[in-house]
Amino acid sequence: MNRIRFFDHFVLMLGVFIMVAPVVVAFMTSTHDAVDIHRNGVFLSWGDHFTETYNTVLTRKGGFTGEITGTRMILNSLILGIGFAAGKIVLSMLAAYAIVYFRFKFGTLFFWMIFTTLLLPLEVRIVPSYEVMTKLGLTNTYTGLIVPLLASATGTFFFRQFFKSVPEELLEAARIDGAGPIKFFFDILVPLSRTMIAAIFIIMFVYGWNQYLWPTLMTTDERFFTLVRGIKQILLVWVGSNIPDYNEAFALAILAMLPPVMIVLIFQRWFIKGLTESDK
Amino acid sequence: MKRVQFSSPYLPYLFIAPQMAIIFVFFYWPSVQAIQSSFYLEDPFGFGSTFVGLSNYADALGSVQYQAIARFTVVFTVLVTFLSLGIGMLLAVKADAVLKGSSTYKTLLIWVYAIAPPVAGLMGMMFFDQHIGPLVKLAGFFGWDMKVGLNYNDTAIAMIIVSVWKQIPYNFIFILSGLQSIPVSVREAAAIDCRSGVRRFWTMTLPLLAPTAFFLLIINMTYSLFDTFGVIDVMVKDKAANNPITLVYKVYMDGFRGNDLGGSSAQSVILMIVVFVLTIFQFRFIERRVHYN
Repeated sequence: MNRIRFFDHFVLMLGVFIMVAPVVVAFMTSTHDAVDIHRNGVFLSWGDHFTETYNTVLTRKGGFTGEITGTRMILNSLILGIGFAAGKIVLSMLAAYAIVYFRFKFGTLFFWMIFTTLLLPLEVRIVPSYEVMTKLGLTNTYTGLIVPLLASATGTFFFRQFFKSVPEELLEAARIDGAGPIKFFFDILVPLSRTMIAAIFIIMFVYGWNQYLWPTLMTTDERFFTLVRGIKQILLVWVGSNIPDYNEAFALAILAMLPPVMIVLIFQRWFIKGLTESDK
Repeated sequence: MKRVQFSSPYLPYLFIAPQMAIIFVFFYWPSVQAIQSSFYLEDPFGFGSTFVGLSNYADALGSVQYQAIARFTVVFTVLVTFLSLGIGMLLAVKADAVLKGSSTYKTLLIWVYAIAPPVAGLMGMMFFDQHIGPLVKLAGFFGWDMKVGLNYNDTAIAMIIVSVWKQIPYNFIFILSGLQSIPVSVREAAAIDCRSGVRRFWTMTLPLLAPTAFFLLIINMTYSLFDTFGVIDVMVKDKAANNPITLVYKVYMDGFRGNDLGGSSAQSVILMIVVFVLTIFQFRFIERRVHYN
């Protein structure tokens, strides 16, 4: 029995090592200077260039036009992540409320039209989506960055599922007490959904922060670059230089993964709950 | 549907309007446009277009390059799906077996989920770097001269490793939750009936996990097809010519670099059909699972 347990732990530790080691190495290496990395390869020890590297990455004006800093990219990523998550929650709660709690003409039709959006990821309609954005003059705007990403039904289905599990007695009682649909929504349903809202917010924030393809298409103006979108651009500048800034590349990777990873670690329980219950 | 419902002449429309508006403008409009322009040969500078019927489709499906990319996409998808599902399942089964410390393992194993694909791709670039990459050195130790970015197969392997690494936590979370929802009574009965842990896995655990595993199969296929775009885009460093790419990447290349809007749209529609078929499978399965509950 003990031998089996030991083997289980061994496999798990190996798994943990494979998942954790690359990021630890990336972080440690980012604290050394580029020449040192170029000469000796990656590091597992703490270097003495931490402040210097991260300071450079955060404040130096870089890119082709020399207008963007790491801090600005972090800010843009936050705007995208929070804007997307908040937008998703508002839109999908409202739509799910209409679908579950009202009997109305075209209700079923609307339901199916929303449902269909699950069939096509953004990636397969990128060219026409881009054309629509140009026609609307939304390229290089935060609206253009966030709003088109909201055009999918994941959130609506999540809330629909949840609203359906809310006991019917609540609505009956609310109606006897004379609550109208708007009062019921804000005074009963929204407070009741608090943990669900939190779970969805966390998942959607991570999703928004991590967006790559859409920001790549939508933003040509470097002032709107997000961290994840900026990564390749920065990489391209380095290709061909004698000693690439390995330290800064690693530092950027660490910065780009820090907020979503922290959120997942801190809100682990909510995150897993939301993820497994929404059948994303 | 609820038994008790509100009725109001305008409120439900008001509530559903924002979602519908966004879906119309950013989902239906571009989707219809994609289908429409797949039948046209568009002038790259926007001076009009000619109706060419199905010839964009024929060009895409008939081209040797497209077929090669399609083959790579299939291989890539199959490998990424099965490797990440297999490793995720192995880790989940082990984490489920050790009661003590299983939450520590859970914490340590899930967070990589939050790393964006292009960031994972950037890490991959560094770890497979010709000069400093520890994994290239490791491969060299076994006599394998890995040239990621130059050698087609080596690049493909690196891409698959990065994509699998990034996806393991997702599968791990789902399978572990699936395992932990198996009632204790069922586990105990199985433990009495069957002493061999391996056999118990195949006869009891796996059938009970089948719905979750099937759901994950579809999700992982979609991940390999679409979400790996970031990994690929960063790792090919804009030199798609001699590097492995997937079908989605080709849609992007043809549409934005080649300015071949018709061809790109036709490829989009082909992908739409593939996704459509996959999704039908998925929904039929979800319906079945609702029955189980």
